[in-house]
Amino acid sequence: MSSLDFSTKIGSKRFSNPIFTASGCASSGQELSQFFPLTEIGAIVTKSIMTKARTGRATPRMAETPSGMLNSIGLQGPGIDAFLENDIPWLVSNSAKIIVSIAGETVDEYGVLARRLRAVPGISAVEVNISCPNVENRGQVFACHPDTAIAVIESVRRNIGGELPIIAKLSPDVTNIVEIAQSVINAGVDGLALINTLLGMVIDTNTMKPKLAGKTGGLSGPAIRPVAVRAIYQVHQAFPNTPIVGMGGVASGRDAFELVLAGASAVSIGTATFGNPTAVLQIRDQLSELLLEKGITDFRDAIGFAHRGV
Amino acid sequence: MITPQKINRSAIQIQAEVLSNKKVGPYHHIVFAVDKMAAACKPGNFVAISVGGEQSALVLRRAFAIYRASDKGPMGGSIELVVAPHGQGSKWLCAQNVGEFIDMVGPLGTSFGVPTTNANTLLIGGGYGSAPLFALAEVLKNRGCRVDMVLGASTAGKIYAPLEGKRSVSSLTLTTDDGSTGIHGQISEAIPRLIRENATEVIYSCGPMGMLSAISKIAMEFDIPHQCAVEESMACGIGVCMTCVVPVKNDGEIKMVRSCIDGPVMDGSEIIWDRKSVLDALHP
Repeated sequence: MSSLDFSTKIGSKRFSNPIFTASGCASSGQELSQFFPLTEIGAIVTKSIMTKARTGRATPRMAETPSGMLNSIGLQGPGIDAFLENDIPWLVSNSAKIIVSIAGETVDEYGVLARRLRAVPGISAVEVNISCPNVENRGQVFACHPDTAIAVIESVRRNIGGELPIIAKLSPDVTNIVEIAQSVINAGVDGLALINTLLGMVIDTNTMKPKLAGKTGGLSGPAIRPVAVRAIYQVHQAFPNTPIVGMGGVASGRDAFELVLAGASAVSIGTATFGNPTAVLQIRDQLSELLLEKGITDFRDAIGFAHRGV
Repeated sequence: MITPQKINRSAIQIQAEVLSNKKVGPYHHIVFAVDKMAAACKPGNFVAISVGGEQSALVLRRAFAIYRASDKGPMGGSIELVVAPHGQGSKWLCAQNVGEFIDMVGPLGTSFGVPTTNANTLLIGGGYGSAPLFALAEVLKNRGCRVDMVLGASTAGKIYAPLEGKRSVSSLTLTTDDGSTGIHGQISEAIPRLIRENATEVIYSCGPMGMLSAISKIAMEFDIPHQCAVEESMACGIGVCMTCVVPVKNDGEIKMVRSCIDGPVMDGSEIIWDRKSVLDALHP
């Protein structure tokens, strides 16, 4: 059997394989480490961390939907101090490849978070989550407007220096995702994460009220995969040299391959982990088998393959 | 830095064979071959099961409290579940035949704490939520505890295993909302009298949140510790999704803890049962 070079790059950083966890779907790794060593996956993308501890929203926070789910967590988390004191040392001691996801309520908060991460050893990249839909004020979804998206990325860039790759996580809930991608690339990101959840809602016909306490929630799971494929395809077409961490309803190696063909340099697994704690490993193995079946021995040859002429 | 206790430390993922699946009243009693997993299961723990088969549109795991676990038997270790076929996932599980393999993760969550002395205990179960109480009753009896049990449901047919309940306890009280058997009324109405008569020192409960809330209030009035197994909708069961959280008191503030990691068995006095105060604080 021919061997596969499964490694991939985001900015200056190399990853041993292109299968990552998705932010908010793997906490900070400890829960999953009971089921497999975290060194088996390309990287763990931590749950978006904020400047302060955050309670999040009331329950119900979850509603299952056909081939998907709505979540309305509201960025519950320990805050950057506890995260740096507990989670990062634990991940480092387990030799995990770490991408830290950050989220702020203001442009300045993103800058503060970036500064805190700047000198932390063991981090491979920073994901700037400017697209969480579970916020009280839609204006907080920085990724919905080029101006606010640029302001956040510039603030992060100023504070983090040139060492750590910056990945901007974008929302598919915009009229023109290519325009938003263009603005953050101009502001200096090294990569893009596509896509965050889509804003959705479920009304319980028994109670005749919204099912989630927060009323709206983020839709994830296989139901949104075609949206992810479309967004990745459009953005890769416009900016073929900007690496994309693709995500959105990937539940099998075939699904991951689809995102890679559209233009993803790495694929994050989110909701599939809720259904199966070892989904990331299964998907990784299925993808490598599939690549070899297609005669591809260097993973990077498959990135954006769907764009190439015959 | 204090190294926290390892999360999910007893959990494994297995393909569990269905050894038996019988309809018992409105419920299904299902036995699974789980090999080594059985030895790690304690009363109060749960398992998370993948439902619907490979091409299913049901993407989330379903959590089920373990009814009983046995680490020895002709088929090796086994666990038993009591499942009410209510939703799509539980209906699928109840329809599985003997010999099918089910993707199962467990044991998960906290278990009931057992007193070190031979205390008088009161076990309270609502509907099929009473499932984990029978295994707990056995453990408590082996410790020399007095075990009184109350089982309640909307109607007589929905009380799980009243006969078995009788075998394993010092006294069994039944309550139904419609009066079709036992005491007519809500389960919580019967409790104060039982606490006085049996000199109850510890309460264990399991069932719908409304019932647990009412019991917590009574436990507080009598100043008795109350361990309850909570129910909150869960997506993963292993602590990564943050959906199954329960509000607890934390220095005058609200802290959301995961019912799959810090629960399902929790101290009833720590939980904030007043939903309105939580909503007012989090969704002003």
